[in-house]
Amino acid sequence: MIPAAFRYHRVKTLAEAEKLLAASPEAKLLAGGQTLIAAMKMRLARPSDLVDISGLKELSFIRATGGALVVGAGATHNDIANSPEVLRLLPALAELAGGIGDPAVRHVGTLGGSVANNDPTADYPAALLALGATVTTNRRTIAADGFFTGMFSTALAGGEIVTSVSFPVPERASYRKFRNPASHYAMAGIFVAKTKVEVRVAVTGAAPCVFRAREMETALSENFSPAALNGIDVDPSGLNSDIHASADYRAHLVSVMAKRAVEALA
Amino acid sequence: MTVLSMTVNGKRVSAEVEDRTLLVYFLREQLSLTGTHIGCDTSQCGACVVHVNGRAVKSCSMFAVQAEGAQVTTIEGLARDGRLHPVQEAFREHHGLQCGFCTPGMIMTAVDLIRRKPKLDRETIRRELEGNICRCTGYHNIVSAIEAAAAEMASQ
Ligand SMILES: Cc1cc2nc3c(=O)[nH]c(=O)nc-3n(C[C@H](O)[C@H](O)[C@H](O)COP(=O)(O)OP(=O)(O)OC[C@H]3O[C@@H](n4cnc5c(N)ncnc54)[C@H](O)[C@@H]3O)c2cc1C
Ligand code: FES
Ligand code: FES
Repeated sequence: MIPAAFRYHRVKTLAEAEKLLAASPEAKLLAGGQTLIAAMKMRLARPSDLVDISGLKELSFIRATGGALVVGAGATHNDIANSPEVLRLLPALAELAGGIGDPAVRHVGTLGGSVANNDPTADYPAALLALGATVTTNRRTIAADGFFTGMFSTALAGGEIVTSVSFPVPERASYRKFRNPASHYAMAGIFVAKTKVEVRVAVTGAAPCVFRAREMETALSENFSPAALNGIDVDPSGLNSDIHASADYRAHLVSVMAKRAVEALA
Repeated sequence: MTVLSMTVNGKRVSAEVEDRTLLVYFLREQLSLTGTHIGCDTSQCGACVVHVNGRAVKSCSMFAVQAEGAQVTTIEGLARDGRLHPVQEAFREHHGLQCGFCTPGMIMTAVDLIRRKPKLDRETIRRELEGNICRCTGYHNIVSAIEAAAAEMASQ
């Protein structure tokens, strides 16, 4: 499949990328291309220009700074899965990254591309939401709670570039996903994070957009054990129903995977 | 159109391409390196896996212009002085292929895997092959071939 024609630009600085995006309203950023190129081949996306930021050193870093782990938008899934800092401070995030797609996808796909795309079945959005992460762009910072606004939509404005994500380091965290066996995307992915002050539970793959399971959060704040989740029924009415799973089945998966995520920490 | 230069299997190549040319078409149609296959064209099957700057990538999901200046290795670049690469040799020895369609991608994935994780057990090999689909072998002999190649390469 051949995409529609476009002009390709490899940029050396973020400023250059900003200028190119400002110059053409139909220009798009290209990071790992693992989502965008497929969309272009299907002609679901027809950018006039591709601004390739994958070579930007300023976006590909991972560092620990005072209680948080800051990951550049250009860090690949493979970088995150194997980073000594991530493995030490947030092993659940390393595990999540190592479970995305397959090795070839992980070698080039990036955190920034995944977060900006907000695929309802993507993994990182659950981590951002459960950990109360902050997204930094070339213009501002946005709390995860206000970032993921709907199916494939985010709070990002036109021309805005994600530069990094800051993850507060929790006491404990775990991620469990039930994978679609063909694509490896989440049919239900649950990220549980426990800090000194609260427990947060985020669910991806089950609904049109990642969401927090408040009832589970309350129950786990009182009693952090898998048993605390007994009797909490997930309402299937807002959940996805497709060839892979019905809404009822997904609701059941959310309960099961949430228990497994808590069990992993017990 | 862009004039593109990269190193493919150790040789400098330069050619004019449309920006939208996918790396796999550049390799197959412009360089006549047809060992890299196109199975699904939707980044599911792994038949198109090549190495770009030492990392396995799916060449159906990358534009040729993204590889400007890069070192690219395809299945044609593995054998040395008329001798098969140990992974190729192990696939032959262990009957790791039937029709052979998936084989170039399987082998490129395996070479990358052994470089990243020299010590391999069968379960890890199976997990790492998640991006490569084979319709013939049932994977058993592919796993055996990779296991044997990893041991052989570690002992060298
Ligand atoms: C076979 C396969 C299996 C997969 N399995 C999974 C899975 O299990 N779980 C999962 O979560 N994902 C999965 N993915 C998706 C993968 O994680 C992608 O890498 C990711 O969704 C997009 O990242 P990218 O760097 O490739 O972005 P691109 O495809 O380059 O870009 C995606 C979108 O984000 C925009 N963008 C990119 N970078 C930025 C930035 N810094 N700021 C603002 N906008 C930006 C682009 O303009 C584009 O619109 C899979 C993909 C494939 C092909
Ligand atoms: S042809 Fe590239 S993954 Fe199938
Ligand atoms: S040997 Fe035929 S597809 Fe693998």
